[in-house]
Amino acid sequence: MEHIQKPVKDTARPRNPLMAWFDVRKRRVGSWAFALNRLTGLGLVVYLLLHLVVLSILLQGEAGWDKFITLARHPLFLLMDVVLIFGILFHGLNGIRVALVGMGIGVRSHKTLFWILMVIALVALVISAVMVFTI
Amino acid sequence: MPEKTITFRIQEYKQGDPAPHEETYQVKCDHNTTVLIALQDIRREHNSSLMLRHSCHHASCGTCGMKINGQEQLACVVKVLELGTPVVTVAPLDNLPLIGDLVVDMDPFFAKYNAPDMPYIRSSEFNPEAATPDGIEAYTRFENCLECGICVSACPVAGSDLAYLGPAAMAAGWRVVEESRGQETASILDWVNNEHGCWRCHVAFECSEVCPSDVDPAGSIMSLRRELIRQRVLRFFSPAKQGS
Repeated sequence: MEHIQKPVKDTARPRNPLMAWFDVRKRRVGSWAFALNRLTGLGLVVYLLLHLVVLSILLQGEAGWDKFITLARHPLFLLMDVVLIFGILFHGLNGIRVALVGMGIGVRSHKTLFWILMVIALVALVISAVMVFTI
Repeated sequence: MPEKTITFRIQEYKQGDPAPHEETYQVKCDHNTTVLIALQDIRREHNSSLMLRHSCHHASCGTCGMKINGQEQLACVVKVLELGTPVVTVAPLDNLPLIGDLVVDMDPFFAKYNAPDMPYIRSSEFNPEAATPDGIEAYTRFENCLECGICVSACPVAGSDLAYLGPAAMAAGWRVVEESRGQETASILDWVNNEHGCWRCHVAFECSEVCPSDVDPAGSIMSLRRELIRQRVLRFFSPAKQGS
């Protein structure tokens, strides 16, 4: 019997998992929300660690803390605060959509739900940004 | 619509190649030319080694799923000129092992259908009184799913969890639960009730967006979750639970 060689599978496939998550070219709003939810989730974890590091400056006494406060009032730092608020708002509000739809609530109107929550996020973000830069 | 020359950029790969690469072909297309027809023209006139899979040419068999201009579609029903781009890119489906050129290995896809008690064909309850033609014992009803694998290719989770059951298989599972026709459904629900089943889905809904047959796999996955939650709540408040 003739020997038939079994095709060798390309070890490069399936593609890199990160590509599967974040390659959103030609994708619809659900995939963009999925990718952004992951990014903001990772960003919030990194922020939490940075926050703990920053708080540890208190251990250096009053001088170290004053130096940090000067840094924290720099416009670039304030801009980072706005980015952080965006991450919190998007992750939190999109998380509500994921939780509701994931329990079978609002499945048919998941896109409408997403955009309603994103309008809320945008309004909250603008108000927060004004407060960050003016108060 | 007059004939136009369209550039096709096709991802090609043969066993032993270090990596997939792109080849470019010029194809004359008219308003009737589908991507599948164009690919067959390329194979006939330019590259007889081009590997692609097809059968019916009318979106029934589900074998010609591929990425056309970056989106998963059935090549047999996509008109080239309606894409509206002078260059058309064609690539194999993602998230399934590549065999060659535009052909992926569907084994992992169909393996997910090996669920306990998952029927391939079910007896139809429709028209029970109608006479059947000679040689036919009973009517059967087919499901909408073409088993083309397009949903798996578009799913971001299927790309990162090889054990994930995937949209198509779970949509098939939900069909059994939704319309059991006397069949027990506990084994199907048990099959999807784990971290590689319906709980792995992250609600991107891309599977439902790309499905060429309007199966709505994401909606089915959410329905499976809702049913599992419903049963869990009922068990929690059941007299047996309260008495234990």
